[in-house]
Order: sequence, then C-alpha cells, then structure tokens
Amino acid sequence: MGLKRYLANKTLWYLGALAVAVVLNFLLPRLIPGNPVDVLVSKLGQGGMSSEAQKQTYEAFLREFGLDKSLWDQFVLYITGALHGNFGASFSFYPTPVSSLIEQSVPYTLALQLPAIILGWIIGNVLGAVAAYKGGSWDKSVFTTSLVFSSIPYYCLSIVLLFVFAVTLGWFPVGGAYSLGMSPEWSWDFFSDALTYWWLPFISLLLINIGGQAVGMRSMAIYELGSDYVNYSRSLGIGDGKMTRYIFNNAMLPQITGLALSIGTMVGGALITELVFNYPGMGSLLFGAISSSDYPVVQAVTLIITVAVLVANYLVEILYGFIDPRIRAAKSGEK
Amino acid sequence: MTNIQSSAVVAETEGPLVPPEPGAATKARPAWRSLNFGPRLWVSAGLILLITLLAFVGPLFYPYAPDQKVGSLYDSPSAEHILGTENFGYDTLAVLMSSTRNSLINGLLAGTLAVFIGVTIGILAGYVGGWLEELLMGFTNIVLAIPSIVILILISISLQSTDIPFLKGIVGLALVIGITSWPWTARAVRAQASSVGTREHIDVAKLSGARTPGILLFDVLPYLASYVVMAWVLQLASAILAESTLSMLGLGPSGTNSLGMQLHWALAFQAVATGAWWAFLPPTIVLTLISFGLLYLQSSLDEVFNPRLRRGKKKNLAAAAARRAENARKLAEQNEREEVTA
Repeated sequence: MGLKRYLANKTLWYLGALAVAVVLNFLLPRLIPGNPVDVLVSKLGQGGMSSEAQKQTYEAFLREFGLDKSLWDQFVLYITGALHGNFGASFSFYPTPVSSLIEQSVPYTLALQLPAIILGWIIGNVLGAVAAYKGGSWDKSVFTTSLVFSSIPYYCLSIVLLFVFAVTLGWFPVGGAYSLGMSPEWSWDFFSDALTYWWLPFISLLLINIGGQAVGMRSMAIYELGSDYVNYSRSLGIGDGKMTRYIFNNAMLPQITGLALSIGTMVGGALITELVFNYPGMGSLLFGAISSSDYPVVQAVTLIITVAVLVANYLVEILYGFIDPRIRAAKSGEK
Repeated sequence: MTNIQSSAVVAETEGPLVPPEPGAATKARPAWRSLNFGPRLWVSAGLILLITLLAFVGPLFYPYAPDQKVGSLYDSPSAEHILGTENFGYDTLAVLMSSTRNSLINGLLAGTLAVFIGVTIGILAGYVGGWLEELLMGFTNIVLAIPSIVILILISISLQSTDIPFLKGIVGLALVIGITSWPWTARAVRAQASSVGTREHIDVAKLSGARTPGILLFDVLPYLASYVVMAWVLQLASAILAESTLSMLGLGPSGTNSLGMQLHWALAFQAVATGAWWAFLPPTIVLTLISFGLLYLQSSLDEVFNPRLRRGKKKNLAAAAARRAENARKLAEQNEREEVTA
C-alpha cells in the first residue's frame, strides 16, 4: 500500500516539476527585451548585408521562430514541436533542423556521462564506507583525497589533466572525439580511435564523482557506526562482515537520494568538461549556440537536459521506493 | 566489546573517589575554548585568508593594472611579469588579482542572497507548518528538481542583452546565482526549524506573548546559527563555481574580469593546446584553492559543531588511557591506606 502511494506521490511531483521546467524554458528566453531575431539580424547586418536581404532574412527568421504569433500560440507550437521531436531550424546552420544537430551530439554526451556517474557512484560509496569503517590513517587519506577531488571544479581538473597528460606528456590526444579523417560510423576502427579520445574526459569526470560520493558516504557511515543498533549488535558479538553489511545498507539509502539530487550538478559540470576537451557533445553544442545567439538550439538543448535530469531523478526515486523497506512497510505513504 | 562497559565504569569512578587537588585546578577555560577547533579549521581559514589578501591587498603593491597593455599574446613569464601576459597582452598576475576579487565579491553577494532566501523560506515552512509548509516545500522541491544550470543559462542569456548596466556586471550575475541556488538551504533549514519548533523554550516564548517574527528571530534562528554558517560557506563556494561555469560558457559579466572569464579567454585563445600554462593554470589553481578551502572549512566547522563526526585523536586517547591508569593507581593506594589505618 505504502509503495503505491509513494509512487503516485513521486509521479505527481515530477510531472509538476516537468511542467514548471517546460514553461520556464519557454518563457525565460522570451523575457529578453526586444527579440532574439533582432540581435541576430543586427549581427548579420554588421557583416555588410544589403538592407533588402536583411529584411527578408529577418522575416524568414521571425516566421521560423514563430515570433509573429501571440505568446500563447507560440507556446502551443513549442509544445507540439517538442513532443514530435521537432525544435525548428538552427539559426547558424540554417536550414539544418535542431534535432539533427542534437542527434549528432547526444551519443558523445551519453558515452561520457552515464559510465562516469554510475561507476563514480559505486566506487565512491564503497571507498567511503571502507574509510569510515577502517578509520585511522586509511580514513584520513581517503577522506582528504576525496575532499580534494570533490571540491575541484570539474573544468579545473579537466584543464590540468588535459595539459599534463595530453599536451605535456602526449599520452592522450589533445581534444576532439576522433582523429582527423575519421567519420562517425559503426566500425571497430572508429570505436578504437574514439576510445583514445574518450579516456581523458571520462577519467576527469569519474575522479570528481568518486570524490563527492565518498565524502558523503563516509559521513553517513560514521553516523551509522555510532548508532544504537551498531553498539547493540556489537555487544551481541556479531561479526565484522555482517556489521559492515548492515551499516552499508543503512548508509546507502540517503546516498541514493543524494544521487538523485546531484545528477543535475554532475550533468552541468560535465557540459563544461566537454568544452575543455572540445568533445562534440551537448555541452559543446550549447556553447557554440550561445556564442552565435542560436536560440532554437539553446532552447532545445536546455529542454533536453532538463527532461533528462528530471527523468533520471524520477527513476532513482522510484528505485528508492523499492529498496527502502520503510516505504514498503508503511501503511500511509511517506514518513 | 567490553569497551563501553569499562569506560562507563571508569567514568563513574573517576570523579568523586579522587577529588582533584584544589591547587592544581586549572583556570576557568573561556567558553570558546570548548569549541575544539582542529588543525583543519586553521588550515582552511588560512587558505581563504591568503586568497582574500591576494585579491584585495595584492593590487595595492603590484605595479601593473589589469587593464594596462604590457605585452603581446602569451608572453612567457619573465622577471618583470612573473606570470607573463595573457591573450590581450595584459599582465596575467594583475588580471588574476582583479579576477579573484570580482569572483569573491560575486560569491559573497550571491551566497548571502541564497542563504537569506533559503533560511527565510525554510524557517517559515518549518516553524509555521500547515499549508504554508506544503506550499513552500512544494515550490522548493520543484525548483530543486530542475537543474539550476539550465535556469542560470536561460536567465543569463536574457541578462546579456539587457540595457540596464547594473545587471550586466558582477552584481547582475550574483543576483541570478543567488535566486537560483537557495533550495538546498531551504530544505535543510526547514527540517531543523521544525524540530526546534517543538522544543519547550518556544512554548515559553509563546506564553510570554512573543509574536511569531520575534520567536523566529530570537528563539528559532539562534538554534540554527551553526547550520546557517555552514550553509553560507557552502553557498559561497557554489556561487563562485557557478559564476565561473557561466563565464566559461560565454555568459559571464562582459567587460569585467573574473576567474571564469579568464579561463574562458584562455580556452578561446588555445592556451592549453599551445602550452601557455601561465594563462590558464593560475585561475585554475585559485579556483580550486577557493573551492577546496571553503569546503574544507565547512567540513571542519561541521566537526566543531557536530561532535559525532569527530574522530578521537590518538594522542588524546592515549592521554585519557594514561589518566585512567593513574586514577586506578591512586584508587589502589587510597584503598591500601584505608586498610592500613583501619
């Protein structure tokens, strides 16, 4: 009973958050005084375009972006477009549709972030729990190292790694995702080539994620170590192995919620990491779009990131519902 | 296994049986001494102080201004320009100092704003409860679920094309960061405030006729003070990082120096690929030190305020053991003497 209610509750909340996010994503860029097309066309105008051509471009863009319609009509267009995966055409790569730009960059972002987040979470938690349990110098060294890594901003570590291992030592290629002359395809050659470019950004994300999770898990586990059930079980003479498992299981629950809450930050950090490594994922796409005032692309990328983060959070919370025995046992939902 | 029992027994026997000699009693320790500041706290506070000095005092003694062209693209470090020049030919160290200052100011403004909003919402929701709590926390949870980087990007894009000069610089960015990063604080403060709200001294305050704002300010807030300080330190760090993230995406304060802008230009002018380490390593290191210093400060404050996280020092444990042995010896002597006199 408790579980069902928990699931319904969470689903409702996430639907609400999704609605707010979609509306914000639509409204915020439109708060700009004047409209984005003005900015864009004035930029084009500086490039020495005749006023007639300028006017035509202006009107074409206005229609394309739907800015000649009322705000409500624009919103309806935006929603129906987004539901069909149609985000209009890019300004700077006109008339390439935004969706195809995104299709090209999503695989790189996923290949980088999914393993970094999942592996980082697992390794970090094990490391943190061991550090808390062992104590002493183990704890001290693991804790300090994790704290250092968790507090380094993503891009700072990326820059240092890129400089040391790629530029100075030459162990890895400097930036990009595959060698010149290669083109993305489903072949072994391409994969092995792309892998050499993948390692460095992946490691830089992984290290930071491990650090953050280990710091969190350590303090959770220390809390558990001091709790009554631990003292009681110890006095009963329960073995170390079993105790560690108890502590680990209990300290794990807040860590799962923690994962849900930190996915957003991780994704944000990873976007900048792509920028440093010039890795052609969503982050680089976003950066390019921002610097060229390519509003349709910016809006589509931010929408996709938001939806992806919300879905990931939702899945983690659902998983939490199945794992936490208190929710399964509860007669009346949360608490 | 027997540790708990034996130490409890010792704790019981320690005091009354062997009264401390009156002359040896130490002077009353000032209250703050009991806070037990560890070396971590001093290290992290020192680090922050050093960076603040670099940002605010450094420029007074450095001969070059951050907007003074002294060389060309990426001149190597020399005796005159310790960190060489950056992409526009400005002295890197001079730019670094002004960047650090702006980043710190930005962090201070944004962090304080975020804590202010977060504490206000959290304390209201936690103490007042009821429908207000549902409403505020519902709002908070929704904002928390939406990745703040996205909102930051969208608002900063709007800010870029605004004509209001006030919003274009560091202050505008700080406002944006402040109003997007409070939900964490609000959630945590709510939990604490609702637990403080059930304590007895609140009832006393209510009975003596205090109004709700007064109770919140004088009876609830002081109990959350340690938490608010820690949250503030964290918000400082995250605001400084948020600024540099936005700046690296090209959404930074245009025409102003900041650590993120410095990295942005270094990346834009290929400093990493060309090996011009003096252009990108200094801001990277300063950012890392600020972030590490603040997080380390927070975690050591956590240990000061929260004794459960404190791990006993070996030295102290040994001292305690020695004291217990000493007491046991005295006790034995005492017993012996009593036997003799009896």
